[in-house]
Amino acid sequence: MLQFFNIARIALISLRRDRFALALSFLLPIIFFAVFAMIFSGRGDTTPRISIIIVDQDQSQASKQLVQALTNDDSLSVATHPPSKDKASALPDYTAASAEAAVKAGQVPVALIIPTGYGLHPISFGPTQPATPIELLNDSSDIIAPQMVNGLLQKAAMTSMPASMAQQGMDLTGKNIGGFTPEQQKRIDAQMAALNRYASNPTNAPRTASAGSGGIIQVHSRAVVGENKPNPMIAFYAAAFGVMFLLFTASGSAGALLDEAESGTLDRILSSRVSMGMLLAGKMSFATFLAFTQLTVMFVFAWLVYRVDLPSHIPGFIVMGLSTAFAVAAFGMLLASICRTRAQLGALSTIVIMTMSAVGGSMFPRYLMPMAMQNAGLFTINGWAIDGFTKVFWRDQPVSALWPQLTVLVSIGIVLYLIARFIARRWDYA
Amino acid sequence: MPPPHPAPLVVSGLVKRFGSVTAVDNISLELRSGECLGLLGPNGAGKSTLIRSIVGRVNPDAGSVSVFGASAASPAACAAIGWIPQELALYPRLTAAENLRAFGRYAGLTGNPLHEAVSWCLNWSGLEDRRDALVRTLSGGMKRRLNMAAGLIHQPRLVLMDEPTVGVDPQSRNRIFEMIEALRNRGMTIIYTTHYMEEAERLADRIAIVDHGRIIALDTHQALIQACFPTSSLVIARFSAASPALAVWTTTHGGSLNDSTAEFAIDHPTDLSRLLDSAAAAGLELEDLALRRPNLESVFLHLTGRELRD
Repeated sequence: MLQFFNIARIALISLRRDRFALALSFLLPIIFFAVFAMIFSGRGDTTPRISIIIVDQDQSQASKQLVQALTNDDSLSVATHPPSKDKASALPDYTAASAEAAVKAGQVPVALIIPTGYGLHPISFGPTQPATPIELLNDSSDIIAPQMVNGLLQKAAMTSMPASMAQQGMDLTGKNIGGFTPEQQKRIDAQMAALNRYASNPTNAPRTASAGSGGIIQVHSRAVVGENKPNPMIAFYAAAFGVMFLLFTASGSAGALLDEAESGTLDRILSSRVSMGMLLAGKMSFATFLAFTQLTVMFVFAWLVYRVDLPSHIPGFIVMGLSTAFAVAAFGMLLASICRTRAQLGALSTIVIMTMSAVGGSMFPRYLMPMAMQNAGLFTINGWAIDGFTKVFWRDQPVSALWPQLTVLVSIGIVLYLIARFIARRWDYA
Repeated sequence: MPPPHPAPLVVSGLVKRFGSVTAVDNISLELRSGECLGLLGPNGAGKSTLIRSIVGRVNPDAGSVSVFGASAASPAACAAIGWIPQELALYPRLTAAENLRAFGRYAGLTGNPLHEAVSWCLNWSGLEDRRDALVRTLSGGMKRRLNMAAGLIHQPRLVLMDEPTVGVDPQSRNRIFEMIEALRNRGMTIIYTTHYMEEAERLADRIAIVDHGRIIALDTHQALIQACFPTSSLVIARFSAASPALAVWTTTHGGSLNDSTAEFAIDHPTDLSRLLDSAAAAGLELEDLALRRPNLESVFLHLTGRELRD
């Protein structure tokens, strides 16, 4: 029993004297809890809104009411024309083609095209009734947004087009009972007029609050991105998990610097013709090569096993792979230069990488996160790398479209390397 | 205009402080070409800091270091110096030959010169048969030898050895001494730091005794002893207990007292019987008596009042 307490006491003293490890023991769970709570809670004004484009080709009363109802919905962020820097001169409305292009470019996950003639038969109560379907264009990498939009569309119809629903109901009833008497028809017309007056005033249109699905609006869904891809999410996960593990590998690889410092090898190297800057650059080159090789192995595996189309995207893969590898290598150098021991590096890299991966979308797609978290993801290597790989493998975009990701990742790499070099001055001299 | 043949090493007024601790306190010294200078001092005396300042790994607060006329850490100085650090500064997952090649490349060697340097180093350190063995599988003595070889891979003209025999068995130590003597025979200039006086006595032409960051004596082995002990023998007398009477007796006869052990220098053996008679007359109980020639340990004790290995 005495030995038991002695062992525990020694462990406690050791932990207390390693203040960094002590702090991490308590901070690590709190940080993770806070990050994941922020991602999944969706509290306050950071509730995720699905961005959609609506093209109203019909311009009928029914279609306008529908657009208005969807615009009023808290769950949606509706655009009918591209954003313009100059508010005074708004850009022309989206067309079916430009809306489809926007979905393909990843600007929105869903676009609704309300076709001409929709207002004649806006809703239907069954397959035997005439109906003009709304076209729903979606990006199949987002499996949630089209379903939500479809549900909200049905509910909007229920709440925003009372006249159309009533008219359709009366028509169906009259057909089944052999017509109304003149008196009955007069009362029906009066009610329909009142309903139309109510619905024509947008301020009276009830705001939808929750999703629902009735199926009274015919929707024709069409995936405009990834419709022919054999495994829609594999490329995303190859990039998402690949980057996360690249970060771990890079920090582990950079940790060799700490081993060398501890063994005295670093001193011996720096007493030769090799400078600290040269040494860091050399190690970073290796870490970049290692990370790129890792990514290559991962995507080749995804190609062979999951039929991710690597051969058709090799230029884009090389651009994204090298820029991502460069950024994560610099990130590893920075962590290694900050830490004093391998133990510190292990703890710090776990915190930073897991947090970056959670916020940057390696664990959970960013488009499902609250807006604030989606924006926070732009401060992570994961976020930019995943965006770039998605452009290459999902949206089939050309290499020229990768310039934002390439610029940001290379800039991140350069800045992190310079900071690491600055911090590594402590090894230059005693 | 610089001298045509600048000294291998000139250290002038070197000072290095770490916070409130002055590790090197105004040290100046000059090495002659081909000599081996022993830096002798206890742990923490400042020997390693002095060596690291010469190598350029410590930025001194004051003073200067010149290596064959070039300032410390300059490319010329780096090329001229071979530093053998106290730590085993090797890559444990590389073989002996791979380590030598790695450090050779760091020093700028390539191709045939690198190949020849690796062969020479393996031969010099007696590790030819272990050239393909991983460092982590080598014995402690072998690692030490490889550590030394790595410092000499670029054939430097000035070799700085920082306690290269730390933690090795007597047999390996002798092997290391032979390696150093082979370097001396090649005319290399060497600084050898140690806290073992027998190593300094065996290897060094001149010995600098370092304590509290200062060189308190610098000369040849014999000259140091002669300066401190002009007489030929030391008498070390250990008594049963320390007492005021013992202190008075020791002082009266010109000796030094450390706890219950008194030390005297005598010119003639007949002086010994006179000392013992007077001790008996003073009522002091003698437990042990030794007569020996003074050595560096004695010099250090004489100069600092402390044992070398304190």
